[in-house]
Amino acid sequence: MQITFVLNGRKVSEEIEPDMLLIDLVRRMGCYSVKRGCETSNCGLCTVFLDEKPVLSCSVLAVRVDGRTVTTLEGLQEEAEEFGAFIADQGAEQCGFCNPGFIMNALALFRENEFPSEEEIKEYLAGNLCRCSGYEGQLRGILAFLDWKKNKQQEKKPVQGEEKRKK
Amino acid sequence: MKREGNLIVNHAVRKKDAMQLVTGQPVYMDDLAPQNCLIVKLLRSPYANAIVQEVNTTSAMRVPGIEVIYTWRDIDQNGRRYTQAGQTYPEASPYDRLIIDRHVRFIGDVVAIVAGKDEACVDKALRMIKVKYEVLEPVLDFHTAKDNPVLVHPEENWESLCPVGADNKRNLCAHAESSDGDIDAVLADCDIVIDRVYHTKACQQTMMETFRTYCSIDPYGRLNVFSSTQIVFHCRRILANALHIPKSKIRVSKPRIGGGFGAKQTSVCEVYPAFVTWMTKKPSKIIYTRQESMTASTPRHEMEMHVRLGATKDGIVRGIDLYTLSNTGAYGEHGPTTVGLSGHKSIPLYGKVEAFRFVNDVVYTNRMSSGAYRGYGATQGLFAVESAVNELAQRLNMDPFEIREKNIVKEGDVMPAYYGQVNTSCALDRCLKKVREMVDWDHKKMVRDMGNGKVRAVGIGMAMQGSGIGSVDVGSATIKVNDDGFYTLAIGAADMGTGCDTILAQIAAEVLECPIDDITVCGADTDFSPYDSGSYASSTTYITGKAVEKCALQIRDQICKLGAKKLGCAPEDVSFDGKWVYVENEDEGAETTADTEEKSARAAEDMVRKVSLVDLATASMCGNDIALEATVTNSSQLSPPPFMVGAAEVEVDLETGEVEVIDYVGVVDCGTPINPNLARVQAEGGILQGIGMALTENITYTKRGQVLENSLMQYKIPTRADIGRIRVAFESSYESEGPFGAKSIGEVVINTPLPAIADAVCRAVGKRFYELPITPEQIATAVIE
Repeated sequence: MQITFVLNGRKVSEEIEPDMLLIDLVRRMGCYSVKRGCETSNCGLCTVFLDEKPVLSCSVLAVRVDGRTVTTLEGLQEEAEEFGAFIADQGAEQCGFCNPGFIMNALALFRENEFPSEEEIKEYLAGNLCRCSGYEGQLRGILAFLDWKKNKQQEKKPVQGEEKRKK
Repeated sequence: MKREGNLIVNHAVRKKDAMQLVTGQPVYMDDLAPQNCLIVKLLRSPYANAIVQEVNTTSAMRVPGIEVIYTWRDIDQNGRRYTQAGQTYPEASPYDRLIIDRHVRFIGDVVAIVAGKDEACVDKALRMIKVKYEVLEPVLDFHTAKDNPVLVHPEENWESLCPVGADNKRNLCAHAESSDGDIDAVLADCDIVIDRVYHTKACQQTMMETFRTYCSIDPYGRLNVFSSTQIVFHCRRILANALHIPKSKIRVSKPRIGGGFGAKQTSVCEVYPAFVTWMTKKPSKIIYTRQESMTASTPRHEMEMHVRLGATKDGIVRGIDLYTLSNTGAYGEHGPTTVGLSGHKSIPLYGKVEAFRFVNDVVYTNRMSSGAYRGYGATQGLFAVESAVNELAQRLNMDPFEIREKNIVKEGDVMPAYYGQVNTSCALDRCLKKVREMVDWDHKKMVRDMGNGKVRAVGIGMAMQGSGIGSVDVGSATIKVNDDGFYTLAIGAADMGTGCDTILAQIAAEVLECPIDDITVCGADTDFSPYDSGSYASSTTYITGKAVEKCALQIRDQICKLGAKKLGCAPEDVSFDGKWVYVENEDEGAETTADTEEKSARAAEDMVRKVSLVDLATASMCGNDIALEATVTNSSQLSPPPFMVGAAEVEVDLETGEVEVIDYVGVVDCGTPINPNLARVQAEGGILQGIGMALTENITYTKRGQVLENSLMQYKIPTRADIGRIRVAFESSYESEGPFGAKSIGEVVINTPLPAIADAVCRAVGKRFYELPITPEQIATAVIE
């Protein structure tokens, strides 16, 4: 069957099987950031945006995105780089395999709640498993990013952040 | 090489691959493998012990798209067996596997290999294969395995390559005994003896990327294996042994790895696509499901440890007697070696021990085969010995910090239980002191009732590990100078998220006095990398790192040699400051100026006779006969232990039995942390894995021997909502054998949470637990009792 949807800002048409999962479709289309870590919707590695809301692409049939908008990390490179730099500054990306799903969901969090508290961060991202980091480094990275963002907004000094990013 | 004020080493530089990873670039095996290759999947045994009688593949072969189905009939059942364990010669793990064995030995053992054009057709074919089994009685309880009439490996072509006390006719994968002094006499003379049995389970590494491999045939007709592995060189040997083809026909390389933690020190999945591609000459790949990774992989060895620990009434530990029974499961990967660490890396913490005895048996059972998992037996042994010391402190009404201060091994001590080695670098005393301070022990040693049905308590534990395997592990580095004077560093060690590519580049950059961006790292590839045992046994920083340091010094010499030739003087008359080779004796001040920039500026301004690295790199490509390339191989007789102390503050809900670790403090002596950020995240991650093992990561079986925790739904690795704070600090000793004073960090960090949490829970609820994980059910029951 044929479906048409918007993938990372581009309108695309694809021939799919009715039982195909969204994760397999986007990977087939070259969005390799989307990872599979389990078969039980537990790990959060395959998080993508469906109409701007984070979903587990392993638990969405590809056919359901017909007429809708799908965004993967490939479509959010600037944001990924801006936020990811703070994770990198902690060394907390580590093996990196959980990063795309984690970063997608973190970006979703920031869109819903610009300056979340530590508790809100932990709660929102609880479904994003990571076996390397112990989550502490990721948390430090998120808090540093939020700090930087707050400073940028309040003091209107983007220069400081730019330096940080280039470090 | 030691220099005051390192410029790059001991600095928290970003991981070289960090930005690629956080932006989700395609860097892992399944991102890079071509999409149009054969999909390989495995049909697995539903029985723990059975002989495959018949496999009918006729209708399965008719499924459109199926390329080939292999069964035991395609494998010479009398051929030489192999092991999947990635270990250096002499291989301790027995040769007990065939690619497909007619005798299946655990629920999940391989019965057939199916390859087809896509997943759908392979899945369909798997369902259509008809198998007749002769079901045998399994050996499931590891207590009854030794000398059981039912043999897991009755076959005649089973083989043990070195004297580890293995005997397949007794279900023994290994047996060893070691001792120092008269332990029975010492224990008989002790004021108090703690006599307890401890049990830990076959926990899973649970790296986020499951096992996976892609294979193809290269232009020379060789088998190219592209795998998520920690051990490219061992993997090449393992495949040659399994397929019975020469090693020269195989090349193994690795992309980025989505976590390993020891799981990928065993070639769990490589042989299957390798066999398919070698036979069909077509590219193929296998990707284990999470379920396969949980049920047919290579988890930690289940161990039972009987400790008899004797002490004076003042708390001086005088003797430790340890018997470890280890369950290797259906195959012997890492069986003979992991068990040794349960004693050799726990007993030596106690420096006043007059005698010790350490006896162990490793038995075969019809359960999933075990393997290497971060900590590698030390984790299990330290849970036992440290728990015994905590109980000793309680029985003597002593402070657990103070009892350790009285007993710990000191720098310079000979460690009889650690192969008689001298403790060359040790800040364990400082670690104890720092943890005590950080966790605020003096205020928190009393159990605190929070008034809401919850109580809080703190417990502690110590740990040690090794830095590589002494006199065994080999690390190498090749450094080459390229155009513009940038360097390529080739290594055979495997960065699996640990950041070893980066820390090895830091070491090279420090020696070569260049920015880290001038060092390009490539590895690991059996065709191009210099030999390295692989990334395991906490060896990379200490063993390979030292190789890199030595290699960088050597390439400096080469640069000077070529520079001297260009300057028309002798090599001993020139110096190199990272940018320039210059004639030294014309300004004596140049050598003593510490600041590189200043020195460079001086070189640029004052020295007439100098030549730049850029010009030398260019000159090396034209009419040159001095190689700007060096390879150095390194090994060490010593394996200097890193040390750690950890303290857990837990909050126990007395009604539900739920435990939350609200604060975990870990202080590590890993020698010099080459990259403090990466050392810290290693520690934090290891601690959380240890917490999981202590509290939530359970393994249970059906009566038939099937693992129940076969997904992330049942096997509960901690989420970020499950944990309070993890705080890590370093108290560094200086290991003069290591690169810039470094030892290791990777494994030691997983060990302390087990005894620390068990002791904290004991303080909170008044009952001591001897088996992990400590579940809410057990705690709630204990509270009622």
